[in-house]
Amino acid sequence: MVLPKSNMYQYTPFDREFIRDRALQFRDQLNRYHAGKLSSDEFKPLRLQNGWYVQRYAPMLRVAVPYGELSSAQLRVLATIAREFDQPSKELFEHAQAMQDKIGTASSAATIPSPRLVKGMAHFTTRQNVQYNWIPLDKSADVMDLLASVDMHGIQTSGNCIRNITSDERAGIAPDEIADPRPYAEILRQWSTLHPEFAYLPRKFKIAVTGSTEDRAATAWHDLGLQLHKGKDGNLGFKVLVGGGMGRTPLIAPVLKEFLAANEVINYIEAVVRVYNRWGRRDNIYKARIKILIKAERERFAQEVDAEFERIHKEDHAPHTITDKELARVSALFEVPERVRSNQGVISSLTSIEQPALAGELANGFTRWLKQNVSAHKLDDYRIVTLSFKRRGQAPGDATAEQLELAADLCEKFSCSEVRVTHAQNLVLPWVHKKDLHSLWLAAKEAGLADPNIGLLTDMIACPGGDYCALANARSIPVAESITERFKDLDEVLDIGPVDLHISGCINSCGHHHSGHIGILGVDKDGQEWYQITLGGSDGSNLGGVSTPGRVVGPSFSAHEVVGVIEEVLTFYTQNRLELEPFIDTLKRVGFESFKGVANAARLSRAPADAMTS
Amino acid sequence: MELNLYHLNASAPAPLKAGVVELSNDADPLELALEGVNSVRLYFPKFTDGRAFSQAVMLRKRRGFKGDICATGEVLIDQLIQMARTGFTSAELRADQDIEHGKRLLKHFKGFYQGDVINPKPAFARTDA
Repeated sequence: MVLPKSNMYQYTPFDREFIRDRALQFRDQLNRYHAGKLSSDEFKPLRLQNGWYVQRYAPMLRVAVPYGELSSAQLRVLATIAREFDQPSKELFEHAQAMQDKIGTASSAATIPSPRLVKGMAHFTTRQNVQYNWIPLDKSADVMDLLASVDMHGIQTSGNCIRNITSDERAGIAPDEIADPRPYAEILRQWSTLHPEFAYLPRKFKIAVTGSTEDRAATAWHDLGLQLHKGKDGNLGFKVLVGGGMGRTPLIAPVLKEFLAANEVINYIEAVVRVYNRWGRRDNIYKARIKILIKAERERFAQEVDAEFERIHKEDHAPHTITDKELARVSALFEVPERVRSNQGVISSLTSIEQPALAGELANGFTRWLKQNVSAHKLDDYRIVTLSFKRRGQAPGDATAEQLELAADLCEKFSCSEVRVTHAQNLVLPWVHKKDLHSLWLAAKEAGLADPNIGLLTDMIACPGGDYCALANARSIPVAESITERFKDLDEVLDIGPVDLHISGCINSCGHHHSGHIGILGVDKDGQEWYQITLGGSDGSNLGGVSTPGRVVGPSFSAHEVVGVIEEVLTFYTQNRLELEPFIDTLKRVGFESFKGVANAARLSRAPADAMTS
Repeated sequence: MELNLYHLNASAPAPLKAGVVELSNDADPLELALEGVNSVRLYFPKFTDGRAFSQAVMLRKRRGFKGDICATGEVLIDQLIQMARTGFTSAELRADQDIEHGKRLLKHFKGFYQGDVINPKPAFARTDA
């Protein structure tokens, strides 16, 4: 079956051969590792730069989804990988479950119910990628071949290199867009792929690009954030932010360049990364990110970057200046799909969303979904629809093979065969005609992907945590589940309104706890799981306001206290809010100290001395 | 530019000949005196330390250095492709490294996206020509 072409980047024969060669290169490395010719330490950075980690019980694969964009054909292959390859042996799976059960009993504090481990599953990440937890390493080269068959790979999804580039999930469709960031994201993806000089940086380097007035890509939280905007003369350029990041030292990236002509973006990033490669610390991985360098030496860093940028022009003649021809070639691939262009405005008799006569409960459900999961589109007749992967009984962002296939069906039928992975771990359908909304709602409901909770408390972000991740200090999924269960009443969640709740199982912050209006961070004290709660963080979106890390509420809480604390904090909010005032605004108006007092009053027991303060 | 591969003789390291200089990992190649220098030895304290790649690029692009740039330290065959593309012309491999396999790895990819020392223009600018 020939699937309709999505309006996304289409691989050239060169692109295709390149990732096939990359898959072959990885197979050779894997073979040498198995033959004992490559040690574990020498194989490690090679497998990492192809997305292969070693986790608590099994390898983990992170598949790159450049700027979050996927075709239905790619979704189907991701489903196949979940079904056929995310399958540990019975012994391994039982062993892993037994070990996890021990954590539950060893930790007196962990009295909340713990969901069983799951397999045959894909997981959407906060960097718009897709992860698997159980693929055996000896199958890894086969999986890379399968991915390459649909123009996919795991290149630079890990390792100390320029990582997969993220963007606004509404790129090219948002009403508030100044310019589509995807052509630049794609050109930067190509430039950064297997860059010879920048393959072994001091630490990972994450880039996010956005092109709208609202920052939906948390750009200030990245090593390098790019915001498209128009200069005084009307020309397109980037505001360049450098040195943001989460982890142990949460920092917001300052603006390094207010306006950079858009075609200079590679030249400028080359200068930034070269200066970082030279001066970034290599003696301590916790101080190796560019944010530490910027915090300590921002002025000097900026001077060196300017000098290097000038040399790239004067001495190298700026060979990576983006040509009009290349920009036009790439931009053409992101144009509005033919089907949408021909439909737009044609069905003019439909002035409103089609809503067949529905009674009571059903009508109410559709209305809620329209309000919560459907957003305005740059085209009048179209809507942006978010499929919710936040529902009871499954971890945030988890998708079974069947659910991925159902999502593929929906995007083929309703959205020109295209979806976007969101940094909040859901899927967006970018091209839904308003006349189709009701049919789509029915189908999405049937598929279990229509919980009307987008942007609400239960649309929480959570990392895989201590159930799967070797780095985690504590489990995230049981906490996410206990909050989901406590707040299963949709009326209550709707009444609370928009809240960003972010959960990380360790200070690496994959669950973005620093940027949550409410953040939860797993910490380990004497081998037990505890949770630090922060309030008032922002990812830089309109709702949260200027990007900022949340402030810590006292010592950590035990797992079974967490839900109660969230409950008390939200009750205090609903008692103190002004009409239509969202949680984060009430928190800012009433003040952190009042909320902190409420949170601390919900403490049931005293935690041991806080390990995180050491 | 060819990358000349040979094994490090760890038991009897050759003394530095005239015209050969070693540049330390944290030194600035823009300040290195190159008069009478035929070969610059750049050092990889660990194979995952990428500073010498930038140093080699600077020597080629900014200093116009035409002599030999040799990779020393922890030099493994899986990093040869990066070395060749950043301007190294020789590599002193650890004794256990398979040089023949390294030569095959150097030819593995048919092309790359970004410009490098060998081909300064990126693929998109080359197809313009």
